[in-house]
Amino acid sequence: MKVVKGLYYSKDHEWVKVEGEEALIGITDYAQEHLGDIVYVELPEIDDELEKEEAFSAVESVKAAADVFMPVSGKIIEVNEALEDDPALLNTDPYENWIAKVQLSNKDELEELMSSEEYEKFLAEEV
Amino acid sequence: MAAKKTPLYDEHVKLGGNIVEYAGWSLPVQYEGLIPEHEAVRNAVGLFDVSHMGEIVIKGKDALPFVDYLMTNDITTIEDNQVIYTFMCYPHGGVVDDLLVYRFNNEHFYLVVNAANVDKDYDWILSHKGDFDVEIENISETVGEVAIQGPLAEKTLQKLTDTDLSQIKFFRLQRDVVIDGVNCMISRTGYTGEDGFEVYTDNEGIVKVWNSILEAGKEFGIKPCGLGCRDTLRFEASLPLYGHEISEEVNPLEGGFKYFVKLEKKSDFIGKEELTKKWEAGLERKLAGFELIERGIPREGYEIFKDGEKIGYVTTGYMSPTLKKSIGNALIKTEYTNLGTEVDVMIRKKLVKAKIISKKFLKK
Repeated sequence: MKVVKGLYYSKDHEWVKVEGEEALIGITDYAQEHLGDIVYVELPEIDDELEKEEAFSAVESVKAAADVFMPVSGKIIEVNEALEDDPALLNTDPYENWIAKVQLSNKDELEELMSSEEYEKFLAEEV
Repeated sequence: MAAKKTPLYDEHVKLGGNIVEYAGWSLPVQYEGLIPEHEAVRNAVGLFDVSHMGEIVIKGKDALPFVDYLMTNDITTIEDNQVIYTFMCYPHGGVVDDLLVYRFNNEHFYLVVNAANVDKDYDWILSHKGDFDVEIENISETVGEVAIQGPLAEKTLQKLTDTDLSQIKFFRLQRDVVIDGVNCMISRTGYTGEDGFEVYTDNEGIVKVWNSILEAGKEFGIKPCGLGCRDTLRFEASLPLYGHEISEEVNPLEGGFKYFVKLEKKSDFIGKEELTKKWEAGLERKLAGFELIERGIPREGYEIFKDGEKIGYVTTGYMSPTLKKSIGNALIKTEYTNLGTEVDVMIRKKLVKAKIISKKFLKK
């Protein structure tokens, strides 16, 4: 299972890539593998202000729908519209294909997430 | 209670099947992936383990009138070695189960029932024996079954037997068919909307049959198929699944399956009186097909609205692997079931626009 260095990870298998006061959010390789062939992605609305752990997107395979939760609080400033036409991009490369870009509202929350090393350990032990 | 294993369990593990629990059985939901397996059945050939299905034998002098009394379809219309699809209903019209009835002769019938309902069905049948001169036996534990489905199913299976399969017509059966040395019963039936056969034998023989078919089908691109695509295939082909399109609460008339309920049948059958009454009074709700106009995927249990009023719910919904569209079946108030009617589906607290379409999704 691929884990990329330099990202923050949540226990719900989302990743966060911080760029200054903004961040990209996506799902991990484990998450896409677990879901199987992704056929639909529901994107959030721009300007939605969301709390940490609130559902902001949904990723669906033929068989199942999975909510994607905010790993940190923030305002949606951009969504990855390419996923509307080609949801399978999340299977192909889940770290390159982010779901939403957010304006972080509380950078301290990043401390509560896992590093790539911690997430690798989490996958090995908990899952 | 631990989930039961079919005789093919070890084969599923060897093939990398993703095992889940379904109706009390450990079965693969998929091997390689739902979509490639679905496509193999639509375009070539696929093989399913359906050993979890139940088999109940009814034998004796009164077998024909007894089976006919239990079933909504007219069992007297079929000949020896013919199969018929039917419902078995409660007096109130709700469904005990939907099943296939195999007629060997007028004193010997073989019922193939849903795995989740075997015990309930067996008890139900026993409880109605009354004065009928019949013997009833639940032989589910001794029968292994596979379904070979797809346009290349006959070609694949023909490689393994001397029986001329082209002579077995749709919904006909043949016993004592030898498949790679194993004595089987086969019928030209299935649950996918494609041509194909269901193959029955004992628990030992079925392992050989399974492996022989996979080997014989290699040149045609055969794939072992899991429960995942079994559901998408049957859904696209408008075939009901017990507990969804029909159930104890949803009668077959509401499901749109009146063709299999012979209200005009001369003899009495369980549920006839109440189903006749309901039909004559007009149905309050009916099953309809729908397609989303806006983006989203409708899932089982999602609610349907019209002008803010709740009018029913989704019984099955998918992003159809064959049609690449978000479609579903919904049980809704009859007045909204006309083709073209616009309704809304509640998806994650949002109303998503949909329109009623024919539930014959596959145009074949």
